[in-house]
Amino acid sequence: MSTATRSLPRTIGAHAILLTYTAIALAPVILVIMNSFKSRAGIFGAPLTPPTPKTFDLIGYTTVIGQGDFIHYFQNSLVVTVASLFFVLLFGAMAAFALSEYRFRGNSLMGLYLALGIMIPIRLGTVAILQLMVASGLVNTLTALILVYTAQGLPLAVFILSEFMKQVSDDLKNAGRIDGLSEYTIFFRLVLPLVRPSMATVAVFTMIPIWNDLWFPLILAPSEETKTVTLGAQLFLGQFVTNWNAILAALSLAIMPVLILYIIFSRQLIRGITSGAVK
Amino acid sequence: MAADIRPKRPFRWHIGVFLAPAVLVYTAIMILPLAGTLQLSLFRNVEQHQVFVGLANFRTLFGDPNWSVGFWNALRNNTWFFIIHMLVQNPIGVMLAALLSSPRLRFAAFYRTAIFVPTILSFVIVGFAWKLILSPLWGVAPHLMDLVGLKSLFTPWLGKEQYALTALSLISVWQFVGIPMMLIYAALLSIPEEVIEAAECDGITGLAQFWKIKLPLILPSIGIISILTFVGNFNAFDLIYTAQGALAGPNYSTDILGTFLYRAFFGFQLQTGDPNMGAAIATMMFLIILGGVCVYLFLVQTRLRRYQF
Repeated sequence: MSTATRSLPRTIGAHAILLTYTAIALAPVILVIMNSFKSRAGIFGAPLTPPTPKTFDLIGYTTVIGQGDFIHYFQNSLVVTVASLFFVLLFGAMAAFALSEYRFRGNSLMGLYLALGIMIPIRLGTVAILQLMVASGLVNTLTALILVYTAQGLPLAVFILSEFMKQVSDDLKNAGRIDGLSEYTIFFRLVLPLVRPSMATVAVFTMIPIWNDLWFPLILAPSEETKTVTLGAQLFLGQFVTNWNAILAALSLAIMPVLILYIIFSRQLIRGITSGAVK
Repeated sequence: MAADIRPKRPFRWHIGVFLAPAVLVYTAIMILPLAGTLQLSLFRNVEQHQVFVGLANFRTLFGDPNWSVGFWNALRNNTWFFIIHMLVQNPIGVMLAALLSSPRLRFAAFYRTAIFVPTILSFVIVGFAWKLILSPLWGVAPHLMDLVGLKSLFTPWLGKEQYALTALSLISVWQFVGIPMMLIYAALLSIPEEVIEAAECDGITGLAQFWKIKLPLILPSIGIISILTFVGNFNAFDLIYTAQGALAGPNYSTDILGTFLYRAFFGFQLQTGDPNMGAAIATMMFLIILGGVCVYLFLVQTRLRRYQF
């Protein structure tokens, strides 16, 4: 706590609680990854010990890579996530700029309209979204998913980015106007580079739910061609209920890319959350 | 404001250009389908034609035992799911944030990063990993409980009607505790140093300081977390679907509104899918979430005192 009351028992207590919770948070993940490198006998015989030379076995991974079309699912997920992210950031930043920079009639109403989507989940519109996609022939295309995720990500992106854009100095923009820059140049050349850190925050917030979503791939794009890695993993796990090696390996393969990305970007993400934009 | 009064200003096309893509996509893919779903709940398919039937679908939903039993069951389960999150997830999140924000705590960055890990994982991973861990076949859970001498308490929680929902709620809590932790942590960091110093001068330290000084200051953040939990919980689907399947077994004991909507809309096994009933259930979920948001906006938020520093 504070310097005045800082005492050894208190510090030890804090560390004890935090360490315990860290263990609770990480243990299942470590357990799954650890056991995915073991033989079947190792998995059941000694689930809590790390793989030893005796129990080490890659049979799970060879099964998964041989059976599932994981590379393809992975590409689908990547295309969907990157494309949606691009549109959310571009459209979101443009709208946020319009709302934070200009005074026009209906400005705050428009802001409120766009913020509605933060509270009301897009999932509730599924019935009509499916009809819309069927009518436009977009069922079982990645385009359908990209459109839905763009719409889903926009409200929060506009909300957070307009908070940040209000902080960009007016003098800078006015200097640009005096130099004869168009509003578009001011936005793309002056403002966008300045809000790049907050764009990264929004990117992380937008990316995680898209990558992990199961509902829309299941409903809008369940075909073999368009399966995302989350849906693929779900179906794959269902098929291999009894093959524990394959299940653990598939789970580990699904965990690792996200985990690696998270470790690389965690500083950015945490700074974004604690910077006060989402308070 | 001065700009508005200036006479005869040319129409500023660029504002429209900046707003158009976001507003178009958002309106076409989100708002219109949402409205369309609400509208669809008032129609019924009679001989391949959509016929307006008023509130008949809702009468079926509440009056016909085939539907109403399932609906009330899902709503009850969903409420319990939400209560567990409020009672377990948010207090733990606040406690972790309070500990993390103590000044000069070593390894704070490590704890923060580690505790947030489950939140970034997908439901598929979380659901399956816990299914394996709690499985009596593998024996990890009984083995661990044996270490602390509680082996007799172990049962296959996910397979028993009376425990499955609570077990799944706790798994969901495990996954999402990082979110309240981070938001409260941010709120605690923004409390100015002077306030804390003033409290110390008055001899308020330690736990008393947390209850009397910090907690009132972070109440608005706790309000936001509660409403986020509410919206998230009444919209949940993925975890139940991955861990227990669309039938939300055993014997529908883990059925929540999301899985109920999925079955109504798409059909499952013997039941055929009915988009209109699906829309009616989605409308009910919409009303529940809207109700929660309104209670928050008009009753809670206006009464919370906000302190400006």
